[in-house]
Amino acid sequence: MSVGIVMLVHTALDRAEEVARHWTRGGCPVVIHVDKMVPRKTYDAFVARLSDTPMVLFSKRHRCEWGTWGLVAASQDASELLLEKFEEVRHVYLSSGSCLPLRPVEELVDYLEQRPRTDFIESATTADVPWTVGGLDQERFTMHFPFSWRKNRYLFDKLVEFQRAVGYKRRIPRGLIPHMGSQWWCLTRQTLTAILQDPEREKFDRYFRHVWIPDESYFQTLARLYSTNIESRSLTLSKFDFQGKPHIFYDDHLQLLRRSDCFVARKIWPEAARLYDAFLTDPNGAMSQQEPNPGKIDRIFAKAVDRRTRGRPGLFMQSRFPNLGWENGVTAGRYSVFQGFAELFQDFESWLARATGAQVHGHLYGPDCAEFSGGQTVINGALSNNARLRDANPRAFLTNLLWNTRGERQCFQYGPHDNPKINWHMSRDPNAQISVISGAWAVPLFKSNANFAEIRAEAAALQKIESKMLDELRSPDVKARVRIWTMAEFIEAPMEPLQVIIDEIGQKSLRRLSEAPRLEDLAGFGQFLQNLKNQGMHPYLMGDFPVDPAPRNLPGGHRKPYLIKK
Amino acid sequence: MGAWQSYRLRVQRKRWRIRAFRKRRDLRPVANRTADIAPSDILLFSTQRNEGVRLPWFLKYYRDMGVNHFFFVDNDSTDGSLDYLAKQPDVSVWTTQASYKRSRFGVDWLNWLALKYAHDHWALTVDPDELFLYPFCDTRPLRALTDWLDASSIKSFSAMLLDMYPKGRIDAQPYQVGQDPLEIASWFDAGNYTVEKNKQFGNLWIQGGPRARMFFQDKPKLAPALNKIPLVKWNRQYAYVSSTHNLLPRGLNQVYDEWGGEKASGILLHTKFLDTFAVKAEEELARNQHYGASREYIAYAEGVKDNPDLWCKWSEKYINWRQLEILGLMSKGNWA
Repeated sequence: MSVGIVMLVHTALDRAEEVARHWTRGGCPVVIHVDKMVPRKTYDAFVARLSDTPMVLFSKRHRCEWGTWGLVAASQDASELLLEKFEEVRHVYLSSGSCLPLRPVEELVDYLEQRPRTDFIESATTADVPWTVGGLDQERFTMHFPFSWRKNRYLFDKLVEFQRAVGYKRRIPRGLIPHMGSQWWCLTRQTLTAILQDPEREKFDRYFRHVWIPDESYFQTLARLYSTNIESRSLTLSKFDFQGKPHIFYDDHLQLLRRSDCFVARKIWPEAARLYDAFLTDPNGAMSQQEPNPGKIDRIFAKAVDRRTRGRPGLFMQSRFPNLGWENGVTAGRYSVFQGFAELFQDFESWLARATGAQVHGHLYGPDCAEFSGGQTVINGALSNNARLRDANPRAFLTNLLWNTRGERQCFQYGPHDNPKINWHMSRDPNAQISVISGAWAVPLFKSNANFAEIRAEAAALQKIESKMLDELRSPDVKARVRIWTMAEFIEAPMEPLQVIIDEIGQKSLRRLSEAPRLEDLAGFGQFLQNLKNQGMHPYLMGDFPVDPAPRNLPGGHRKPYLIKK
Repeated sequence: MGAWQSYRLRVQRKRWRIRAFRKRRDLRPVANRTADIAPSDILLFSTQRNEGVRLPWFLKYYRDMGVNHFFFVDNDSTDGSLDYLAKQPDVSVWTTQASYKRSRFGVDWLNWLALKYAHDHWALTVDPDELFLYPFCDTRPLRALTDWLDASSIKSFSAMLLDMYPKGRIDAQPYQVGQDPLEIASWFDAGNYTVEKNKQFGNLWIQGGPRARMFFQDKPKLAPALNKIPLVKWNRQYAYVSSTHNLLPRGLNQVYDEWGGEKASGILLHTKFLDTFAVKAEEELARNQHYGASREYIAYAEGVKDNPDLWCKWSEKYINWRQLEILGLMSKGNWA
């Protein structure tokens, strides 16, 4: 028999017992190290329970606190005992009490038999991999870490700061190049004895005793000195989350583990009875004879880490409420905001819906209600059109709408009548495409039948609001795609900007617009503006309009609507 | 947060604990089985009043989930629910005739019981009409979650209140004892929630759902809060402040990520809107023992009279927790 198992156990002893028996049934001797923190009584009972199997031995107990030397000392002692008592052992496999063999033991034995000189140990230099969590990569080899990170976080951090401040650096023993990797390895007797019987071991041990997390670097570094054939990967499937903590496997991972093709997985939840049953009582059941390939499982756990660190863009909820600027996407989807278009064109909304296939709303931030497309009072996600509900939190209204309608392009109208609080939020959103025809609010006034004094007051107010909105849209930290035309500029050649906007929305295949929205009849608009000026209210946002717009209109008595053709 | 504010919150926490200590005298034990509690047991805390019709399903639901021991404070029930609870082997129950309002809507009572019995236990505090959901709850018991939270050094777990309602009139389908209330109230609002931060306690303040949509349109800021932190690795120094919406020390309210990521979170399915609701609303209105001068119940009484159908075209029908996860109402975080 060529494989021996070292098992580091600190909790769930009954599961450890099951696994140990499983290994011995497959013919592999096992040396168990039980954490010194386990009470004497529990330990004795555990030893007594396993006394019927001569192939299970127990090594000297150390205190194994995470990130400390105890784990290395435990592995050393247990390996020495294993190599000494079971002379036929060629490979030593380091595992933990929460590891679960997935494939039949014979397969592992065969696999290692065919690779008698190969050491399976993940081992990489710190400079080349970004694995470390918490910033201590090279420094973990050049500082002292006498305090526990778990229990004395404050002293731990202070000492690190202090050593950094005074520029203290430990000397790395000559000949050692620090390597790191998964602490679960499988080494050959040759390599392992070379490490354990090294005349300089005393010196190395002394050095590593104060390295941070030595169990991830001691064997990984020393194996590089002696091994003739290192395969830098772990045979143990083990996934880590964003804090460097191992992911735990549960019953519902059974199918996933079956497909993983790995020899051993960690870490298993001790109460995952289905997993233990499936893999320990029916070892020949599921796994196929293939090269181990943990890649299949990677995706699901990589996604979990991504979910935890980056989240879903545009989502605001009970456990994701990013600070300003950390949203990773202020909203969930791209959207277009049109200011002044509905005022200038007679049937802009329906035209836009036809041209783009997007969902086109009216003034979502209108003073009376949110004008959802089709006059709905409630829309996706049961979002109400009530103005007070909306204005209680205008930003949430927008993010909710876009989250609820993910996958469908949203377009809506906006203007100086509407709730101005949302303008700034949209301006800093890269998903927003904001197109403004400044001064177009004057068209409805021009068409209205109100007294001129009222019109004048209204125009002054709207101009002031829109001017402020434009300032926000022109500020240096705007992230939205903003386009602003004065009204005069726009009606010179309306099709060109429209084509650009529609192309950018890009819902339908790129082709020239075949149909144009109908422009409002603007005859007399120049005179209207002039009247405002004469009253002392200078409208400037719409650009320069000649008092007499005759040249742009068709000569003759009857007026047709101004229709744009391309 | 400055030292002064930190000190003030500390004083406030002590005050709630002292208040809980004083309010212990309200409680008379009816069945005290707390000697059976093992060190690693998961405990559930609840107040109830005349919820007899809901209790059988409630107990079954949480027993199946893996709750080991139930704590009830019975507020002067008249429907025999106290006797029913006292007979259950895994329930300890206290009764009181004291004012619900003056115990700050039961918070003082539960703070006291938690202080006395829940130290170092995972404690789930829910109402009888709240059903807790967490990621993978269909395949993993509650202990899997608490073990994972322990391993991740997380002490509190958020679960937003999600109002469930039936399609049609609220009183159209009578609820039977022992029935799954989700068979009737199986609809919810998926995406009309607003989130703000409470600067003082650091918790999020969530509003929305059918109650805001139907009953609080004109005064949205008064709509009920939906943020809840029902699952806590309890320490006797802790205290709930306002229902389970927030607690002290303040760090326990940090159940959300502020740098773009998502922490794991669950949902409390709120099955208040059954046929029992109209009667309840009337009774509670008469008792005037609820939060904010019972304005919630006043609004309901009006709303329910006019149009008792909370359902709309865009209501979602509940399927399972994965659906709620996809809709962004809860999150797996990095639990996989």
